[in-house]
Amino acid sequence: MSFRPTFTEQTQQQLQQAFPECSLSTFRGDLRMVVPREQMYEVLRRLKDQFGYDMLVDITCVDYLYYREAKDRFGLVYLLANTQNNERLTVRVYLNEPELEVPSVYGLWKAADWLEREVWDMFGIRFRGHPDHRRILLPEEFTAHPLRKDYPLQGRGERHNFPVLRRPES
Amino acid sequence: MAIELPENVVLSRLDALANWCRKNSLWPMPFATACCGIELMATAASRYDLARFGAEVFRFSPRQADLMIVAGRVVMKMLPVLQRIWLQMPEPKWCISMGACASTGGVFDTYAVVQGIDRFLPVDIYIPGCPPRPEQLIQAVLDLQEKIQAEGTLSGREFQRPWEEARRRVFQPQLVQLQVPPLEPSQGSETANSQEAQTP
Repeated sequence: MSFRPTFTEQTQQQLQQAFPECSLSTFRGDLRMVVPREQMYEVLRRLKDQFGYDMLVDITCVDYLYYREAKDRFGLVYLLANTQNNERLTVRVYLNEPELEVPSVYGLWKAADWLEREVWDMFGIRFRGHPDHRRILLPEEFTAHPLRKDYPLQGRGERHNFPVLRRPES
Repeated sequence: MAIELPENVVLSRLDALANWCRKNSLWPMPFATACCGIELMATAASRYDLARFGAEVFRFSPRQADLMIVAGRVVMKMLPVLQRIWLQMPEPKWCISMGACASTGGVFDTYAVVQGIDRFLPVDIYIPGCPPRPEQLIQAVLDLQEKIQAEGTLSGREFQRPWEEARRRVFQPQLVQLQVPPLEPSQGSETANSQEAQTP
């Protein structure tokens, strides 16, 4: 099965020259880049300003705990798009405990606001400099980050921690 | 000695009369959160026509309703809202738990979904199904009518105020502090740092 690529060879070469410290690879027509976490913000800023990736499609995260041959715990994924020539790019940053803090890209793409809050909510990764660093989906009193693989599927009793109303008193 | 009644006079107990009035004029409040809500709407619409049983006036304000139909899954963020709505309904009131999710959590056995609203609310009728057919909801309303007629509600309980304590518990909840082991090493390192900062 063939996939129509979402990037051009020219872009791939340009990116490879511009970011020698990042490893580029392709998979089924997609261009992927792994960025060291120290240079993350600078690389993303240059991708936006110099290479025209002006749209942040999504920020998500993968927990590689219990994953075969995985070296790192978390993979933070930024999906970028260039609205001028329709090219796309996947930027991946590997994170390990206890350094689960990365700079916020809210200053580059306003779309990062809720996306980063969701990653914080579900995976517990902090975004330094985020203007409104709160949970977005779960209640504020929730203490865990449930999309981590070491969190039990049925929770730790949060779902049943409520007052009980009985018929005679309600 | 038998007393002869004049014509056009029927004797009854006041309780039975009130129950008869109430059961044939239920005002449902739809708490529809999922696909069961679609069946609930179909039940109220012309094809299945819940109006035949006197329960067609759906009120979206709990103050004007006396039957809460919980149709769909209830997540832990929604449950305080559900309890609040239940307490805002005036007596006498009843509750139908419609569908597998509202009754037991259904297939959603996860950290966020309450495994049956009857853990936290009084429920009169449960409807199985995923989602239940409109006929099942109609049967539930008929069963509830039977229950209202049989059990009665004219105990004066609706004129008392037993729910004030419950309201206090729901509106200002004192929740149990869960014993949650620390999940984030980043938080742990913070506490370690703060302890180090305190010791000198």
